[in-house]
Amino acid sequence: MVRVDGKGNGEALVQVRSLDKTYQRGSQEVHVLRGLNLDVERGEFVAFMGPSGSGKTTLLNLLGGLDLPSRGSISVDGDEITHLSGPKLAAWRARHVGFVFQMYNLLPVLTAFQNVELPLLLTRLGKAERRRHVETALDLVGLSDRLDHYPRQLSGGQEQRVSIARAVVADPTFLLCDEPTGDLDRKSAGEVMALLERLSSEFGKTVLMVTHDPRAAERAGTVLHLEKGELVEGQGRN
Amino acid sequence: MKFFRLVWSNLLRKKVRTTLTIGSFAVALFLFGLLVTIQTAFNQGVEVAGADRLVVRNKISLIMPLPLSYEQQMLQIPGVKAVTFATWFGGYYQDPKNFFPQFAIQKETWLKMYPEFQVPKDQWSAFLADREACIVGRKTAQKYGIKAGDRIPIVASIWGGVWEFNVRGIYDGARTEDDTTQLWFRWDYLDERRQWGKGTVGWYVVRVENPDESMAVAKAIDGRFANSSWETKTDTERAFAAGFVKQMGNIKLLILVIGSVVFFTLLLVTGNTLAMSVRERTGELAVLKTLGFTDAAVLWLVLGESLLYSAQGGILGLAAVKLFTLHGDPTGGFLPLFYLPPSKMLLGLLVALATGAAAGIIPAVLAMRLKIVEALRRV
Repeated sequence: MVRVDGKGNGEALVQVRSLDKTYQRGSQEVHVLRGLNLDVERGEFVAFMGPSGSGKTTLLNLLGGLDLPSRGSISVDGDEITHLSGPKLAAWRARHVGFVFQMYNLLPVLTAFQNVELPLLLTRLGKAERRRHVETALDLVGLSDRLDHYPRQLSGGQEQRVSIARAVVADPTFLLCDEPTGDLDRKSAGEVMALLERLSSEFGKTVLMVTHDPRAAERAGTVLHLEKGELVEGQGRN
Repeated sequence: MKFFRLVWSNLLRKKVRTTLTIGSFAVALFLFGLLVTIQTAFNQGVEVAGADRLVVRNKISLIMPLPLSYEQQMLQIPGVKAVTFATWFGGYYQDPKNFFPQFAIQKETWLKMYPEFQVPKDQWSAFLADREACIVGRKTAQKYGIKAGDRIPIVASIWGGVWEFNVRGIYDGARTEDDTTQLWFRWDYLDERRQWGKGTVGWYVVRVENPDESMAVAKAIDGRFANSSWETKTDTERAFAAGFVKQMGNIKLLILVIGSVVFFTLLLVTGNTLAMSVRERTGELAVLKTLGFTDAAVLWLVLGESLLYSAQGGILGLAAVKLFTLHGDPTGGFLPLFYLPPSKMLLGLLVALATGAAAGIIPAVLAMRLKIVEALRRV
């Protein structure tokens, strides 16, 4: 269940309360998010839509601990992340968040295997265990035959699937996807969305996705619209 | 270790740039190694000088002789334990460019004074039994293919004529840095055959009973012969060798100046390369931070690249110098101990790593301070 009224029962995986984000542009203050509330339960697939500049990516950055809010609180799985900073926040991201970017953001000098292995380098897993996890993740996204391929040797859709494998390899608490189909053709976009949908429905992963694409949003259980810095419920599968 | 591949992969990103950067380090370290080798060659005499040995020479100049009678007189001075002497021969083998030091030595006392030189007993006995005998250092013997049993001609530039010697043995040094380029022959043979300067020696070497009293004994020796026709100047062997080096100029300062300029240039080149590399990878570094890499981890990744550049370049450059010095003295006898000691190689590697760290620190700190959101916006 997803709520935007701030009246959740306190058991939601993600709880956002009275979130404000203000940027200073010269002498002007720009209010991107205003008193935003959000409750997302485990296993939900939520899409955030809205016009450019409405604060979708800002919200995603705040939920992923990449940026700090001007006011308000965010708690994930009981951890209040707005009080974390520096190495603690980095460790929290490594443990709880899997990121999927619009431009895939794979490291061009590493193979698919090595790119997916990156989050595991921050764990205590041994080489053999890391290999097993990476192979499982790449198998999940249907790329077990592309382990040694570099990003330049993969199509856009394949790159995004490697990026998803990297996001899930350490078994994070939730996935944050920023326009995951924004740079893909319709067929590849469909494959990527099917994969995200499967991660949510079959593996119970919580997925929070920002998108402009109504077809991608249709796959989500809940669609929320960001308007003037506030969230409004829309139509989703549920 | 698990991050090594990540650092290494970044080095392979732009192979030409990496090769050139490593090449700059290699050239700089080659130059460093060469300069250090030259300095070591100059200073070797100083470093291996015996702490308990004094060198007594004519006060006017090293090329002026001293009388043979001083040997017994010096032995009577309190604090003097042993005395030996030698005379510079100054000849060449077959060709003027085949130069190596030749000394006419006091056969009874020479080896006792220089225990670091080792000659097999039978060879030394053969040397003592043959008036025209000589002993050749291992390095010179190897260079010219001389072996025990050979009869070799030495053209005497000071004493005139061609002197032939029977090679009765080869001497080695107890330490790598001991000079094994010399040729020794008997002083009594020199004194018998030369036309002038009979009954004189080039210089004396004195062993003192207590090294702490070296200066007092030196003073006593010079005092003993003051106001005579052959006044002496006595120094510790170390001071004597250092004075010899000083005649060549301030080698250390020269090396320091050249070395500093080279390494400062290297600092700018590598720093710029890394800064460019970090700028190009802003987005990737932000992604690493997004995945949970801490600021410190990112700093070490960038610094690690710089250290890898410098380590590779350093090893290459130092290996090249080592290979170069394996061929021995390139000056034809001016620098007999031309080699790069392991301690100096280690020093070179440390200098390379320190330069790498200095060049990498600013780009590494910039990478560390990178704000994820701003950097991702630029991708």
